[in-house]
Amino acid sequence: MEQQLTLDTLAPRERAEITSVDWSALAPDEGKRLRAMGIDEGARVAIAHRGIFVGRDPIALMVGRMTVAIRRVHARAMTVKLV
Amino acid sequence: MTRLRTAALVGNPNAGKSALFNALTGARQKIANYPGVTVERKAGRMFLSSGEPVELIDLPGSYSLDAASPDEEVTRKVVQGEFPGEATPDVLIVVLDAANLEQHLVFAQELIALGKPTVIALNMVDLAERDGLALDPEALSDALGVPVVSTVAVRKRGLDALVEAMGSADGQDMSTRHEVAGQTLPERRLAARNIAKGAILSQSGTHRLHASLDKVLLHPWLGPPILFALLFVIFQAVFAWATPFADALEGVITALITFVEGALPEGVLRDFITQGVLTGVGSVVVFLPQIVILFAFILAMEQSGYMARAAFIMDRLMAYVGLSGRSFIPLLSSFACAIPGIMATRAIADPKDRLTTILVAPLMTCSARLPVYAVIIAAFIPSTTVGPGIGLQGLVLFALYVAGIIGAMVVALVLRRTVAKGGASGFIMELPRYQMPPLRDLAIGLWQRAWVFLRRAGTIIFAATIALWILLSFPKAEPGESQLDASIAGKVADGLHVVMAPIGFNREISLALIPAMAAREVAVSALATTYAVEGANEEEEAEGLIPRLQAGWTLPMALAFLAWFVFAPQCISTIAVAKRETNGWKWPAFMVAYLFGLAYVFAGITYWSALALGL
Repeated sequence: MEQQLTLDTLAPRERAEITSVDWSALAPDEGKRLRAMGIDEGARVAIAHRGIFVGRDPIALMVGRMTVAIRRVHARAMTVKLV
Repeated sequence: MTRLRTAALVGNPNAGKSALFNALTGARQKIANYPGVTVERKAGRMFLSSGEPVELIDLPGSYSLDAASPDEEVTRKVVQGEFPGEATPDVLIVVLDAANLEQHLVFAQELIALGKPTVIALNMVDLAERDGLALDPEALSDALGVPVVSTVAVRKRGLDALVEAMGSADGQDMSTRHEVAGQTLPERRLAARNIAKGAILSQSGTHRLHASLDKVLLHPWLGPPILFALLFVIFQAVFAWATPFADALEGVITALITFVEGALPEGVLRDFITQGVLTGVGSVVVFLPQIVILFAFILAMEQSGYMARAAFIMDRLMAYVGLSGRSFIPLLSSFACAIPGIMATRAIADPKDRLTTILVAPLMTCSARLPVYAVIIAAFIPSTTVGPGIGLQGLVLFALYVAGIIGAMVVALVLRRTVAKGGASGFIMELPRYQMPPLRDLAIGLWQRAWVFLRRAGTIIFAATIALWILLSFPKAEPGESQLDASIAGKVADGLHVVMAPIGFNREISLALIPAMAAREVAVSALATTYAVEGANEEEEAEGLIPRLQAGWTLPMALAFLAWFVFAPQCISTIAVAKRETNGWKWPAFMVAYLFGLAYVFAGITYWSALALGL
């Protein structure tokens, strides 16, 4: 079986598709907001930038033509496949 | 039917709604709060092609009707006609960012499905073109079943066509319109993708300018120094650029005082106007240029899209004290004024996170402290340079701002581990595209804020100054006795002075702190009024506040006074807004108590350390 790749391990500018999201790992309101912004299963994403400090947190994620800042904990709850 | 027709601007955040609102209504705007909630209601008057007036409201930006914050809840209720006391809008203007169609069409479908007369404003088409995106508004209109008008709000392009479309849409029966909207979020998202694809004629490269700016401004090593350099420049500018304007205002006020002294006979009325009104209110109005400059920077940061990057850069640091980058924006706004800052905390979803931000917001150096800092720095800190382009006065001012920030961070850390304990907060935030801050919107924003300041000067500060002048001037002193000793205010100050003497405050300071509860900058006008009334002869009376302070205060006293104002919660309006936002007196009472405690302790430490150092 292929190893599960999570979003937070992507290298900058690698293109990926979100295959599943562990919504239970996220606060309900945060899940709602992510979905409203189109960060959901099936979305094509890429990491544009990461912060400087410990854990390179937060992450600037490209979703379509939008850039959204999220935390690493959110990215870790999402499995992706490279496209 | 004579009821005023209403229309609402609605759409995703960063779609350019506010710019469109400004373009459509010009300066005819009214900003208030929705009853019962502290969401800002922006309304303005516009006119249809027929000349009929329409009330236009600018609703808070939302991602969907499934509200995730109080702001979004207001939007949902208003468009669905469920908001008590608010008329259901007759026409919805759905604002879409042309360069972000796929995202914005998701919410647009939800709005169109409400079945109200709707017009789509395909906004910022110029930025989309810059990004190499050519769109077909007609294809979009066919797919959505509602009229679509291309607009560039900041250049006033497409406004006539939009107004025209609003006029024709108003009152139309939309119930027979063909169904385009998906019922569920994934369906709507799929539909949005297909509709966007159908409307895009051609596209090349994705926002190059945006990406290359971010490459520098969000660079792990370059980004933070750039942000801190910018903040430093802001604070230097506030001091240096404002000086000529402040001097000019000061000149006007002095001329007015001289004029009144020449025109009126000696007596209570003349004293009232010169010592009370002109000296008191004038000493605060002088700081208008500095406040305008600070707000100009904050507004430009917001409108250019840089503010969200600043939040991104600050997020990790904020996480150390248990907050998120979201708190950075309310806290930065609090540099201008804690009131809009505390109100901006509504965008923070986590309640503990929000409470902590509200409680530390008054520690950010608001513009009302600026008059206090400015006058003390001008009087006691020499105007020398400590390096190329770095003035000592600006440096001290910067240090006072830093002291407030460090204080806020430490307090936040403590609060998050004690009274506002809770899980780590998240950070999800759209980073809007960069754009040149439109001068017109900048000017409208600046005017609104300058007006709020002047209105405060004309009401709260005016009233506090007058009350103080009366307390200071009566009863009249016996010959040989000083007016301050004889007055009612002098007696009150004697009592307070007992408490304040250990931290180096003299009786004049103790006295000035009482009316300064209304607003911090009143401390300056109160000192000006106190020393003006105290001045025994005409010669002394003609002197400004600064030479009197230099004569009456020592450097340790001045430094202790500055330290006091870093912490002291001397602003009734802030306490009132904290009460409203936290639904009770518990948290504002806590806030006032801890801030006065810190103010007392740190003013004392400053005073005694300065004395020990022989300053």
